[in-house]
Amino acid sequence: MRDVAVIGVGMQKWGELWAKSARDIFVESALLAMDDAGVDKIDSMYVGCMAPGVFDAQEHLGSLMADYLGQRNIPSTRVESACASGGLAFRMAYMDVASGMHDIVLAGGVEKMTDISGSDATHALATAADMKWEGVSGVTFPGLYAMMAVAHMEKYGTTREQLAHVAVKNHDNGSMNSRAQFPMKITVDGVINSVKVADPLNILDCSPITDGAAAAILVPADMVKKFKKPGVKVTGSGHATDTIALHDREDLTTLAAVNAAAEQAYKMAGKGPSDMDFVEVHDCFTIAEIIVSESLGLFERGKGGPAAESGETSLTGRMPINPSGGLKSKGHPVGATGIAQVVEITEQLRGEGGPRQVKNARVALAQNMGGSGGSSVVHILEVM
Amino acid sequence: MPPARSWRAYPQVYRLEAARCKKCGKVSFPPRLVCNKCGEREFDRFNMKRTGKVVTHTIIRTPSDEFSGEAPFAVGVVEMDGGGRLTTQIADVSFDELKIGLPVQMEFRRLYTEGDAGVIHYGHKAVPIRQ
Repeated sequence: MRDVAVIGVGMQKWGELWAKSARDIFVESALLAMDDAGVDKIDSMYVGCMAPGVFDAQEHLGSLMADYLGQRNIPSTRVESACASGGLAFRMAYMDVASGMHDIVLAGGVEKMTDISGSDATHALATAADMKWEGVSGVTFPGLYAMMAVAHMEKYGTTREQLAHVAVKNHDNGSMNSRAQFPMKITVDGVINSVKVADPLNILDCSPITDGAAAAILVPADMVKKFKKPGVKVTGSGHATDTIALHDREDLTTLAAVNAAAEQAYKMAGKGPSDMDFVEVHDCFTIAEIIVSESLGLFERGKGGPAAESGETSLTGRMPINPSGGLKSKGHPVGATGIAQVVEITEQLRGEGGPRQVKNARVALAQNMGGSGGSSVVHILEVM
Repeated sequence: MPPARSWRAYPQVYRLEAARCKKCGKVSFPPRLVCNKCGEREFDRFNMKRTGKVVTHTIIRTPSDEFSGEAPFAVGVVEMDGGGRLTTQIADVSFDELKIGLPVQMEFRRLYTEGDAGVIHYGHKAVPIRQ
């Protein structure tokens, strides 16, 4: 396999983008990535998108996006793994370059979620769960993560306040991100007293519904000098699955797919959790960041909550988590999220993090998750 | 819901029919063709016991449209006595008494109505066992 590097990234401000279509926002981000890299022709592309048929009454995004990006006749593939669609699109692009099949490959992600009502969007997202055997109970996605939270609180004594600290920290980081959907700061009391969604999770424990896109350009590492910006090397890639239904897992307080994907990526990179200078993880709900931080091996099991509370995961802490603001503040257009994590890491490793720059960052990890943990994708990126 | 999708699930929805792996004993609900623990393809069909315990729970305050008239309502993962797990509503429960380990039994209940014609879907919900 060839070594692979990211040489361009692009992303615009996320939010309720009613004036723009899915193809508009995808192409805008893709063009930013292509301009960042200094390329106008790509050899192959991957489009991460979870449910365009439900959100936007449109399928066949591979063709659509290549067409509107002015890249007719190239191979273009839509990739779906629920909320991990973006991370998986990046992995497919990585494998495409690593295999020697193509040289200049675009990995993009997009989701247009706000054209339909909030309850219809809730239903669309629920299709990432086992619709037949979980959905019949009326459980929602926040409900599934809430049930993980209840189990985690019972087993480890994780507290309501510790969950709130995750949201507060991510909004602190997001307040320095001009592309974040909700760049306002919030407080622990504000989270605890916000509207209840699925006990113990409140609205400020939940990532929002968002329109957004993001893109990255991958090339063989030995071609990096031909491009404008310094390359960031992809040194580890992992992908794993787990039972689709939460109730089929023996242990509800960990995420086995996250752990398995991380093990693959660590092994490939020859690195371990303590080598990471920061991580971008899938905080679709506050409890998710806590469990993921444990499943990645960043903290012992049961210590994720105390780590969030003590500030260890803040921008200046021992292990910064989600300097971008995470899904919580930045927004969560599900198909784009995994690519946006790579955008943040690439910019940070180039020293372009601005006010939220992690000092001396040279190695970082991105973790993207599908459903209630039915799939997860992990990548490790390093300064070249 | 398309009629066939509803009809083919009757054994599980109405009788809680599950499959026990002949090799490792793991219970699959609904039945599968391959055991996801040991890979065995031979199973014994049986109806799960109707008593069990709550493994975890939540209260849904913001439901999807199908359940909009029902909220707030309790949902949990229940482990049936004798094996098998499912996600189900927990009815007739005060939210204060919801806890991990709560003994429950499955009762036949109205689940939700669907579409303009208000087609009623029935199935099982868990209710606390009171001595």
